[in-house]
Amino acid sequence: MPDPDSQATPDPSPLRVLVDLNRCQAYAQCCYAAPAHFAIEGREALFYDPAPPAGMRAEIERARISCPVQAIRVEVPGQGLL
Amino acid sequence: MSAAASPDRAVVVGSGLAGLRGAEAMRRAGFTGSLTLVGAEAHRPYDRPPLSKHVLTGAVAADATTLPSLVPLEAEWRLGTAATGLDRKNARVHLADGSSLPYDRLLIATGTRARAWPNPHEGRLAGVHTLRSREDAAALRGALAAGQRRVLVIGGGFIGCEMASACAALGIPVTLVEPSATPLARVLGTHLGDVIGAMHAARGVEMRCGTEVEWLEDDGRGRVVRAHLAGGGHVETDLVVVALGAVRNTEWLADSGLGADAGGLDCDADGHALDSEGRADTRIAAAGDVARFPHPLYDGRRVALEHWGHAVAQAEHAGRLLAGRRPDRPYAAVPTFWSTQHGINIKSVGLTEGADGFVIAQGSPKEGRFLAVYGRAGRCIAALSIDCARWLPAYAAQVAARAPFPPIRGATDQPADLAVLPPGFP
Repeated sequence: MPDPDSQATPDPSPLRVLVDLNRCQAYAQCCYAAPAHFAIEGREALFYDPAPPAGMRAEIERARISCPVQAIRVEVPGQGLL
Repeated sequence: MSAAASPDRAVVVGSGLAGLRGAEAMRRAGFTGSLTLVGAEAHRPYDRPPLSKHVLTGAVAADATTLPSLVPLEAEWRLGTAATGLDRKNARVHLADGSSLPYDRLLIATGTRARAWPNPHEGRLAGVHTLRSREDAAALRGALAAGQRRVLVIGGGFIGCEMASACAALGIPVTLVEPSATPLARVLGTHLGDVIGAMHAARGVEMRCGTEVEWLEDDGRGRVVRAHLAGGGHVETDLVVVALGAVRNTEWLADSGLGADAGGLDCDADGHALDSEGRADTRIAAAGDVARFPHPLYDGRRVALEHWGHAVAQAEHAGRLLAGRRPDRPYAAVPTFWSTQHGINIKSVGLTEGADGFVIAQGSPKEGRFLAVYGRAGRCIAALSIDCARWLPAYAAQVAARAPFPPIRGATDQPADLAVLPPGFP
């Protein structure tokens, strides 16, 4: 298994996504923007993928921008925060 | 402290959420000296909340939760190397590999570890786990994926409840044993703890409250097979999760002269570490689970909070402090946490400890969707939301303002009768 912390793998490193779930109010805009990586479970519990593939950058970026309470942080490893 | 002070070496001990956010806050506040982060674990800082939820169900890989960096740190990392001692006279941190690091500014964020099963032999049996680190979560996920006849969770706190929830989601039979009358009794009281317990039971978790596991039996080949309960009875199990809370990592400070013990490292209202005489060491600050500090919202009661949001907020405060920014007010962030169990969103603000009553201020427990407010001596001190999070900010403001209890009356969707009930703390 490749070292998950290593930047030297041939595939681009996945994105690093973090949602402040204290802040999240389950408006679910992220779920529309990137449905494969954000989902509401039950009535209002957000589930998200903390490491979406680098190729999903546009969708994840839309999710981040569309969050009404700005609870989503995204880092592109090697390039910094979106 | 002048921003141009030199030499200027900052050391952060602890490479979890608080260590990372504290280091970032130092940089954001203009600290330009050298920065070294020391971590007992071999990984870059990672997020822990998913480890007891979607990592267990397999939806997220255990190694997928590396935290995003919010600012470029330009730091040296000493990972996989625990700090073993602090020499304040010579201003050096000693490390497990025998080396030491000099510091001019030191952030202590060594956090906690899972409390081990009290019998070390039983605790080492195959099939007996704790849950704190990425490796712990990976091992548990592997065991759950391999299929288990019955999982036994010892302890009905948040980790225990989330563990039971993950097993139920996977269709694995699970028993939860908790000495109190209900799960989460210490945090929520038994009245609302009972609501949580019923929620678990309705989803197939076998709840065994009011009893304790006395000892764990092995199969003669070093693998756990059975747990014996106080007062007789047993649970057949092949996977035991010990979820008995956390122990603060302060042993390495034993000879430092700082006021540190199993309950945390003492800090003043600004966040500076205190020595055993109660004098502040202004070169040192602490943040996160390990820091015990007087909370202004709770009459200066000294608390050490194991909350994600607190680790972030206090680390940002401590980082600015160490960068030379004098705080204009003491650190006073309102405590917050969340948990998800069986897809139910549990969120809280404030501290319930010492509450003398609570009201259901929105919704109703019968509908499985409500918000409760806890009061003490006529003031709001905490609020708990069960699938009712949109209401929480309004009540968080009441808690932050120490508003009269019972709070907000006559609001939309509010029950007509705000009956004050006893929380039932054990």
